[in-house]
Amino acid sequence: MKIIILLIVISVTIAVVFLAIFYWSMKSGQYDDTYTPSVRMLFDEPKPSVEGEQKGNVKKTA
Amino acid sequence: MQPEVDIDVQCYHCGQPCEDTTWQDDKPFCCVGCKTVYEILSANDLCDYYTYQQNPGIQLTKSIDESAYDYLNEPAIRQKLLTFNSETFGRVSFYVPTIHCVSCIWLLENLKRLDSGILKSEVNFARKHAVIDFNPEKISLARVASLMASVGYAPAITLDNDEKEKNTSSVFSADKQLIARLAIAGFCFGNVMLFSFPEYLGLEGDDSIKKIFSWLNVLLSIPVLVYADTDYLVSAWKSFKQRQINIDVPIAVGLIALFGRSLWEIVSGYGPGYFDSFTGLVFFLLVGRWFQSKTYQSLAFDRDFKSYFPLAVQRHEGTDWKPVVIYELRKGDEIKIRNMEIVPADSTVLAGEGFMDYSFVTGESKPVKISTGSYVYAGGRLIGLPVTLRVEKEISQSHLTSLWNNAIFKKPQESRYRKIIDKAAQRFTWIVLGIAILTAGYWYLADASQLWLIVTAVLMVACPCALALTTPFTYGNMLRQFGRHGLYLKNADIIERMAAVDALVFDKTGTITHGRKPVVSFTGSLSPVELANIRRLCSFSTHPLSTIISQALSQRGAGHVRDYKEIPARGIEARIGDDSYRVGSAGFTGVEHVADDSAAVVYVAINSAVRGYFQVKTSVRENLQPMIARWNGPVAMLSGDNESDRDRMRSLFGNDAQLLFNQNPHDKLNFISELQQSGKKVMMLGDGLNDSGALKQADVGIAVTDDTGVFTPSCDGILQGEKLPRLDQFINLSKSATTIVKSAFVLSFLYNAVAISFAVTGHLTPLIAAILMPLSSISVVLFTTLSVNFVASQYLKK
Repeated sequence: MKIIILLIVISVTIAVVFLAIFYWSMKSGQYDDTYTPSVRMLFDEPKPSVEGEQKGNVKKTA
Repeated sequence: MQPEVDIDVQCYHCGQPCEDTTWQDDKPFCCVGCKTVYEILSANDLCDYYTYQQNPGIQLTKSIDESAYDYLNEPAIRQKLLTFNSETFGRVSFYVPTIHCVSCIWLLENLKRLDSGILKSEVNFARKHAVIDFNPEKISLARVASLMASVGYAPAITLDNDEKEKNTSSVFSADKQLIARLAIAGFCFGNVMLFSFPEYLGLEGDDSIKKIFSWLNVLLSIPVLVYADTDYLVSAWKSFKQRQINIDVPIAVGLIALFGRSLWEIVSGYGPGYFDSFTGLVFFLLVGRWFQSKTYQSLAFDRDFKSYFPLAVQRHEGTDWKPVVIYELRKGDEIKIRNMEIVPADSTVLAGEGFMDYSFVTGESKPVKISTGSYVYAGGRLIGLPVTLRVEKEISQSHLTSLWNNAIFKKPQESRYRKIIDKAAQRFTWIVLGIAILTAGYWYLADASQLWLIVTAVLMVACPCALALTTPFTYGNMLRQFGRHGLYLKNADIIERMAAVDALVFDKTGTITHGRKPVVSFTGSLSPVELANIRRLCSFSTHPLSTIISQALSQRGAGHVRDYKEIPARGIEARIGDDSYRVGSAGFTGVEHVADDSAAVVYVAINSAVRGYFQVKTSVRENLQPMIARWNGPVAMLSGDNESDRDRMRSLFGNDAQLLFNQNPHDKLNFISELQQSGKKVMMLGDGLNDSGALKQADVGIAVTDDTGVFTPSCDGILQGEKLPRLDQFINLSKSATTIVKSAFVLSFLYNAVAISFAVTGHLTPLIAAILMPLSSISVVLFTTLSVNFVASQYLKK
């Protein structure tokens, strides 16, 4: 039964780590705006040239 | 006259139906403004803007004056606006009211492609803010602002909102603190439940492990006691010191009893304690509080005149005009105001003439003519050519701003009300106290050794957790329902005050009438071509009536205009083709018999023959009459305008309503407070700065607006103008919220009664507590949520 104590220590530690991560993420403002980032990640990288010229034509400029 | 619009062609930029369609790259544009924006974007290869959303653009209503933002380059103003400032790096956060779609985000975040001086820009969609990093050596702050304005995203800059901005970004806001507490409570609750499992299942086994589990529970409960529930303890202590009982008092007593009793049980080895109930209780309470704290981030409810006034004006210094922050204006300063700018302080006109639109400040709907020597009041908006003014009073002493010196603006509104939940809590607390004493008396005689165990058990289960959850979930749900239907309340407590409302007071201009959508009617006869010509002529003039007429007419295809002349205070004349046109006052057009002077009238004469007249009237919002007729209670209307509209208002409001005209802001405030002294609970609906005092004084102050992006005075809620006819439904709904709260009270009392019956007889085991407590909370939450949504769908359908 000793092992259960070790297991508890490990599980509580992991839980506390997650709690700390949540705390940090909140404090660093990750929940301040929950809409914009979801849109932002869908934006394409700037295309270097005019429409019509498809891929194969270099990557982004800046 | 029915405006006809060609709906076949939509502007590629803004999606408005096109009138004078101009084409560019095979794309139609409704106006030069939209086309210009498109040209800027296409020149910078930013046409993806149009792919994320159809017709995402904003029609530019006025041309962008390159120098309009020059004042931002003044060091004092820069200092106030920038959140970070060095030689090569500046950061500014702008409030951009026009942000509305995905394309907006995309364009604003790609601003750097418009100018290499902009390093990075980031949009917060919910708050309609854009944070922009730029290099001050390459681009000035003024240029950043005018660049944004040139593509349709003019930042709204006032000293007020940026101060707030800095505050909220630096501290750990109350909102976040609540979530942090919730996280802690949830974490501890979950783990305590895990460690209580052996107890729940009645497992027999190693006592040392049970002991370890118990002590782990103690450890996990300490953060809940000292951090997560502090709001309740502090609030209870405060109200206890004031000899008042609010809902937090029995909660705090229950929490302390739970913790103390459990700790004692574990220390003495009597039992496993009730830590699961304790942490769970705090967790549920915080969930309720969090649910109730829904806020509309993009709306501002606490604005005063500072957000309406400009940040800076041009002041005459030596031989030069320099921008200066309005708070530095002193009596005697000479300032220059341009078209559509707002006068910051009471002044006299030194040179120039034009019109002053006071509609937002006084409710006066017709612009007032000003000329050299006239006295102009702070808050007026200039229409016409630039004028020079001499400041007569400092900002805070102006006719309008002196309203904010009234005491009503100094005391917090919340303290004037006693919430229904606190009234219930008071009764509840006395009952519980009575039961505890009776039980103590009985057990003292029966079995004195059990006395403390029983009394603490009573206090523990009497903790009104379910009761405390009734109002957050009822009002929180109601708040969301209101928001879905166009009424945005500042917080959930307002609903309770709304339910008590029995008198309505309306402002006229902008509330009963449409702020900026007047009705233009024409009496006489004109051919479509002639109407088109008149429209063209009027569009040249800056006179407010001309603008209104040119916007109301839809005929197109005007001829070439020659010899255009605008004669101030009289009218405009010009030649188009072979005809000479005169549009203006009766005398100017040669009218002898004046038709009607209750509304603004503009006469038209072609080749010296009078052809008819335009009448411009502010239009009353639709469907108001049925709503006012349905409302049974006192109704009043306060207007800063003159009495010309009395008959129209009388027919709208009926014979019993009080209609008062020529009311200044102080009169309005006093009217409300007199009504309150006669025992009425008043709801005030207004839109302008002149209603600020009344909105604040009223039990519920609702600002009516057609565009939530524009300025609204400080208020308890913001109502979309088109939803005004549903006002009575909103009030009825809030009344039913009170009924729901009361039924939920009964429900939660029942649970408490059952729990107490266990407690007084000495049968309250931790297991029973652990079942009853969440059960009661969850059923109350379900009951309130379902019934609010049901009732709301009944009231607000159609």
